[in-house]
Amino acid sequence: MKGYRNYFLTKLLWFLVTLVVAFILNFTLPRLMPGDPVAAIVARMAQGMSNTTGVQAIYEQYTELFGTNRPIVEQFFIYMRNVFRGDFGFSFSQYPRTVADVLRTSIGWTIALQFPAIVVGWSIGNWLGALAAYRKGTFDKILMPASIFASSLPAFGMAIILLVIFAVSLKWLPTSGGYGYDLIPNFSWRFMWSVITHYQLPFWSIVLITIGGQAIGMRAMAIYELNSDYVKYSRFMGIKDGKIVRYVFRNAMLPQITGLALAIGTMLFGAVVAEVIFSYPGLGSTILTAVLGQDYPLVSATTLIITIMALLANFIIEIIYGILDPRIKAAQAD
Amino acid sequence: MKHTLRQVFESGKFVSGFAIFVAILLVVTIYPLLVPEPPLRIIGQGTFFEPGIYVNVYDSISAPHFTLNLDEAAERRIAGRLADRDRGAILTWLVGVGIPESEIDIANTEQLLDQWFSNFDPTVRIPGMTNADRNYYIRLNSSIQGLLSTEDVIIAHANEETASLEAAGTIRPSAYVNVGQIPNVRILPLGTDNFGRDVLTELVKATAVSLKIGFVAGIIATTIGLILGLVSGYVGGFVDDVLMFITNMFIVIPSFVLLILISFSISQEQRGAVTIAVVIGFTSWVWTARAVRSQVISLRNRDHVNLSKLSGHSIAHIIFRDILPYIASYVVMALILQISSAILAEAGLSILGLGPKTTEVPTLGLMMNWAMIYQAHILGKWWAYLPVIIVIALIAFSMNLMNTGLDQVFNPALRE
Repeated sequence: MKGYRNYFLTKLLWFLVTLVVAFILNFTLPRLMPGDPVAAIVARMAQGMSNTTGVQAIYEQYTELFGTNRPIVEQFFIYMRNVFRGDFGFSFSQYPRTVADVLRTSIGWTIALQFPAIVVGWSIGNWLGALAAYRKGTFDKILMPASIFASSLPAFGMAIILLVIFAVSLKWLPTSGGYGYDLIPNFSWRFMWSVITHYQLPFWSIVLITIGGQAIGMRAMAIYELNSDYVKYSRFMGIKDGKIVRYVFRNAMLPQITGLALAIGTMLFGAVVAEVIFSYPGLGSTILTAVLGQDYPLVSATTLIITIMALLANFIIEIIYGILDPRIKAAQAD
Repeated sequence: MKHTLRQVFESGKFVSGFAIFVAILLVVTIYPLLVPEPPLRIIGQGTFFEPGIYVNVYDSISAPHFTLNLDEAAERRIAGRLADRDRGAILTWLVGVGIPESEIDIANTEQLLDQWFSNFDPTVRIPGMTNADRNYYIRLNSSIQGLLSTEDVIIAHANEETASLEAAGTIRPSAYVNVGQIPNVRILPLGTDNFGRDVLTELVKATAVSLKIGFVAGIIATTIGLILGLVSGYVGGFVDDVLMFITNMFIVIPSFVLLILISFSISQEQRGAVTIAVVIGFTSWVWTARAVRSQVISLRNRDHVNLSKLSGHSIAHIIFRDILPYIASYVVMALILQISSAILAEAGLSILGLGPKTTEVPTLGLMMNWAMIYQAHILGKWWAYLPVIIVIALIAFSMNLMNTGLDQVFNPALRE
């Protein structure tokens, strides 16, 4: 266990360093644009506002919040402090809601949608890929082009096709939103049922895309493993096929776990767009409204949250990887 | 080199992918020569005209008229004009006056009209029918009679002095014009979009721009990745540590977040297609860098490289002659993937409203964005979004096929 401690500490340190860099990027990138960001923001906001004292008040509030009248390093620490307090200021486009409040409601929807979808898609995709590698023949010949095509379809394309077929033409499922627009969130059966029906299309559109990519990856890995020496040796030893497949699966699985981490990290983008298509009330739709409303604090906070989620997912996966991969255990024992 | 190319072109997957890709390129280059028209010109007044052939009505009045005596003309005329709502209303009436519903087929216009004329009587009151309904039926009847009438329609123009109408000509129900003799006929194979622009012309231009974005972004990303990977892998030591630290950092920080942040920071007016391509290129080099580095490390200590070093060749010579040829196949595959993912990235950004500015050129993503904002998918205007999705999927599919084909050629373990 002592060897593991070093491994975990290194990973933790790495996580913290990347977190700081992500903070810095999140802070500096929007500030690269020329001019006073607060002035620009207030100017945008104040359009249609005739009350000059009101504009002045907003300007002062944001100058105070972002500390733009102070040196850039100090601004950074003010930003850090605010973030740690969970204080991202007010949302411009959804005033008087705070950014933290907007994010609190949307992040739950996003996790509830993406996590199960990616895990389900990943599991089915891996199972199909391994099966294709092992069975070969027609099964492989049909599955492979289908998978390549499914993974070529952009996530929003799959979303729109499902939407048009099942919601617009067949009218089986609702077209948009996270629940019926006539409902108020509560724990009644009617609301739950509405959530479930609204959940189906975004969920399956993510699952189908994930299956394609994962099946291709798993098939390649499994073919590689099936040709390796230990499999041939096991065959010569007369070990049963079922057992060999289990060996192969375990070895081929490891890179696929990295694939899962990546899926959770990078599929977010695809899912963000899928959310936009279905007007699902998650982070994706939040980004859209923020961009359309030129809502600077909301864009900044949403991207930061997504980054932190990706970093965290990556960190957790690496810890699990450390426990699962015998090579890491061996390396740490030295 | 020649041998490798032949081997590559023997791979069925690569060839089919390549063929699709070349076909797209050909269409993109040839179509603008045939239809030299600005792709963003607004031609339609109104949104989402259906795909079809649009014949100028004004011209067809003055064009030579031919008489064709076709029996089914009148019936077709009514069938085309009679809306589903009117057919339903006729059904209600017929059932109301006592005709069994099984004998009525609202899709069969001729039979429906026969039943209507033999049963309709404006004085009959069906129980439960309001006065408004009765008036509706009377109007419906007279409009059907009007459609069936064999009287001519008179074309008139207003006299400027007296403001009275003067007949300029008549048009008979059996008059036809030859489309070939009408000077203004516009074929809109994919209709118009929400702004009234020709979707096909726009789509071809958008495909060209998106491919350009893909190439620019792909080449930038691959060049950065290749250089960093080569330096990091070949030089090693401290340089390697620093470069890998940066690379690993950008692997975990999702590149699309950077993409969103940077695009958001650049104001809408300054976001051209090329700017977006450059931004995408600069945020997607990480995987190439890491993979190139690991390949260079495994090559660095091979015998032929050591021999080259002992012979006193320069670093440039070693890199270009002894290392690059070995990783060339990988770099080409990485480039292909970068191009297709850059096209997808642009589409994703545009859907979020962070795409190139909208006044200059269309891109596939912008077309998607417009279609989504104007709810083409909910309104059933398939021509505004489906062709775009198909083009994006075809580009990505052809690239993936080429990539899988190359992979099978260069990676013997994957061969079937």
